[in-house]
Amino acid sequence: MLRYTINRTLMMIPTLLGVAVLVFFMLRVVPGDVVEVKLRGDGGNVSQETIEMERQRLGLDKPLKNQFADWMVGMVKLDFGKSMWTERPVTEEIAIRLELSLQVAIMATIFAVLLAIPLGTTAALMRGTMVDYIVRVLTIGGLSIPSFWFGMLIMMFLLGLFNWLPPITFTPIYVDPVANLTQLIWPALAVGYRYCAVVARMIRSSLLEVLNEDYIRTARAKGVFEKLVISRHALRNALLPAITVIGVEFAFLIGGLVVTEQVFNLNGIGKLFVQSVSHNDFTLIQGMVMLLAAIYVVVNLVVDLLYAVFDPRIRYS
Amino acid sequence: MAMLAPTLPEPALSARPSSVVLEFSRQQPLGAASLVIIVVMMFAGIFSDLVAPYDPLQIDFAAILAAPSGDHWFGTDAYGRDILSRIIYGSRTALVIGFTSSFVGSVLGAILGIASAYFGGKIDDWIQRFMDILLAFPIIVLALVVVAALKAAILFGIDINLIVAIAIPIVPRVCRVVRAAALTIRVMPYVDAARAAGYSDSRIIFRHMAPNVVAPFLIMFTAFIAQAILLEASLSFLGLGVTEPTPAWGLMLSGNAADFYREAPWMILFPGAAISLAVFAFNLFGDSLRDYLDPRFKT
Repeated sequence: MLRYTINRTLMMIPTLLGVAVLVFFMLRVVPGDVVEVKLRGDGGNVSQETIEMERQRLGLDKPLKNQFADWMVGMVKLDFGKSMWTERPVTEEIAIRLELSLQVAIMATIFAVLLAIPLGTTAALMRGTMVDYIVRVLTIGGLSIPSFWFGMLIMMFLLGLFNWLPPITFTPIYVDPVANLTQLIWPALAVGYRYCAVVARMIRSSLLEVLNEDYIRTARAKGVFEKLVISRHALRNALLPAITVIGVEFAFLIGGLVVTEQVFNLNGIGKLFVQSVSHNDFTLIQGMVMLLAAIYVVVNLVVDLLYAVFDPRIRYS
Repeated sequence: MAMLAPTLPEPALSARPSSVVLEFSRQQPLGAASLVIIVVMMFAGIFSDLVAPYDPLQIDFAAILAAPSGDHWFGTDAYGRDILSRIIYGSRTALVIGFTSSFVGSVLGAILGIASAYFGGKIDDWIQRFMDILLAFPIIVLALVVVAALKAAILFGIDINLIVAIAIPIVPRVCRVVRAAALTIRVMPYVDAARAAGYSDSRIIFRHMAPNVVAPFLIMFTAFIAQAILLEASLSFLGLGVTEPTPAWGLMLSGNAADFYREAPWMILFPGAAISLAVFAFNLFGDSLRDYLDPRFKT
């Protein structure tokens, strides 16, 4: 198990390195950078000389390989550089927003998983009935309704019914739990619906697959109560693939907040990402992509290790 | 995951087209219903000029924020533009971008997937390693990075780079599934026979292997049209996708649309419903297609 863990951990490095190379050079293949957006953005008449000076100040005039080397060396020291737009350290820009986004993501996960398990199980057990059809339509609906529109509907509903809109300023949960939860529950719902749909579909299909296995027939044949067959034999095995989906979706959720935060006017990671893209803020884009990719590979690592814990066949192969 | 292990296509695929549609509708009533929605949407998209009651760009100061009525079924927006007409023209934008980007992404993913399975070894390793890197980006984040990198390049009124931005996240996902399917085909005797007969690699890949991964390809292609439409709407909503004045559903919800929650809820209800319905139809169709093509899931 230890060897498996070490091997699996080391495999993260080439992926992250690849992400770094890809995002760095992708942003620089086509001309256009933050300086142009900053100085010429409003159609202002700025001389080429000023632009070159600004580029020089930000280090954008150096050869690409030097820029890349600087960035990599910095990252090893956990220094992600400064935002080219606000000139504040990238880590600081991210840090002040991470708490909010992370909390929304966690709340959405809890909501999604709690709802998905009963939904997926019922649909699988009542396969082909009206209930199965309804769950199917509901879950495909979850995959189809854009989270930003769902968020807008929630806002309209709150406004129409209670004449109330969630506040824009963020209150941390340890300052005022009630204010915090009444603010963040809505975006969590908006992104959680899709999440729930994905997980419920996964549980349904993997449960259907497991129910066809020989050991289920054996359990039934030897007279185990149906409830126990489902909970002990079937569901336990069917939940394994669901863990993967929960993990991957969680990692992607923080990216998925990109649009939802816009609707609820939340100053989180997603909004920062959109801003950095529209400003051409290379360092900030790079830093955030690295963060999101790191979350993805770490979550994947955890999922794989959980798998190995639950399923010894993986550990020993 | 069911989608990761598709089986070979049924012979039904080669039967007469009309009987295929009938058989599909009989087995998959929900799929048939979604097909109807898709056909209606395509009709609206192709014949927008004939179907739409108004010019989608025409500003009418006399009818600003008009509520739904006989004149404007879905009301008007803050510039007095007819929302129904904008939705009808928007279906053109959504379908063109959805189809092309899903097609580009799926074809590229399929070719890489088959090549990966066929050559194996180092080539397989490198392709899969690269796909792993692409998969480490959340879909919308990867699309946004490409948008940031490429900027707009308009050709025939469509932003080519937007299509590229939406297609790229699709590639690794299709590649994985098609590779899995192609791996089972690679060991088939007829592939060995083709190789023994001295056919070139590209001939074996395109003539012998590709036709046999059509089922998973079609399933992925339809499912990703849904994803692509959703992604286009999200990017346009963020102001980083389709730009004004082109009518696009996501764009209709962006900017100041949110200021009219109370005064003009129709501005938000109808475009969002259009996105949801379109994506829903393609998702449901892809789902039904999978059940239809994959005999293991038949009841």
